Amino acid sequence: MHVPDGFLDAPTSVATGVVAAGVVATSLRKARAELDDRTAPLAGLVAAFIFATQMLNFPVAGGTSGHLMGGAIAAVLVGPWTGLLATAVVFLVQSLLFADGGITALGTNVLLMGAVTVAVGWGVFRAVQTVLPKTTAMVPIAAGIGAFASVPVASVAFVGLYAVGGTADIPLDNLTTAMVGVHLLIGVGEGIITFLAVGSVIAVRPDLVHGARRVLEARELEVRTTRAAA
Amino acid sequence: MSATPARTSARTRISTRAVAVGIFVVTVILAGVVSFYAASTPDGLTKVSEDEGFADTETEHGTGDGPFAGYGSSFIDDERLSGGVAGVVGVVVVLALAGGLTLVLRRRSPESGHGSGHTAESTSS
Repeated sequence: MHVPDGFLDAPTSVATGVVAAGVVATSLRKARAELDDRTAPLAGLVAAFIFATQMLNFPVAGGTSGHLMGGAIAAVLVGPWTGLLATAVVFLVQSLLFADGGITALGTNVLLMGAVTVAVGWGVFRAVQTVLPKTTAMVPIAAGIGAFASVPVASVAFVGLYAVGGTADIPLDNLTTAMVGVHLLIGVGEGIITFLAVGSVIAVRPDLVHGARRVLEARELEVRTTRAAA
Repeated sequence: MSATPARTSARTRISTRAVAVGIFVVTVILAGVVSFYAASTPDGLTKVSEDEGFADTETEHGTGDGPFAGYGSSFIDDERLSGGVAGVVGVVVVLALAGGLTLVLRRRSPESGHGSGHTAESTSS
């Protein structure tokens, strides 16, 4: 869903650039709390993994393809603030080195495919996590559901921006239907990839997964309580 | 259940280094080899912009004639190799930037006292 140069007018692109810069600045501050001895070495790798996976377009219906956006996967693996930074680096490199995603649209892409998918992916992940049993096996499932939800929401956010600053006069209801329709399908792919990737790390080292911490801590407390009672 | 706090020391757990190497190897294979087999049909937004009639509002990309533009290497003729090299270059650049960034962020914060004390493992009990 990389927005190219020219889809949005200059004022909108400047505005998204400013907001994106603010989000990145906030993330730079907040990410420090997430980066401990366990997650810090993985953050760069998660960004590289998202870059690689974004090259892998998978077919969806009707001569269309889609690829991972990656906000949910990044947030669950290394934390939402670090995850936002990881996706922002990916979009920066894609735009400058690979001409994928406009340079004037960099802020737009960081917001839509970074901030929106991180926020929705992480938010839904947390919500689902509170409902599901507190086991590490549930973490990839919750991550997959969060990832699935994040993609159509990002496509709605694009329509919102297009309504404000689109350079062509396109009926918004048509645009909404088309965008959400195809991105629901792409979201399924996003959910599956996220489930598999998070599941792989959970299988070998659940303690490395940021989103599994609450589960692990809760379990540890239980163990202590049982011991104390015995 | 055997009482093994997963956080501190499981019996024979895979080292963080091994996990990192594993992710790196998978990433390089995905970008360098598997990417050749990716679908080449337009992605969601591109297709919608064609169908709804605003694809032509796209303007020329500022770095559109760079050596790796469009995920290919302009100096390599072989299509498979061209895309593979571009993918691996991208992985290395992203890893260097994002890895360097997190390294810097981490060094500047010598154990903030906030939060849930994840860093205090060595001083417990």
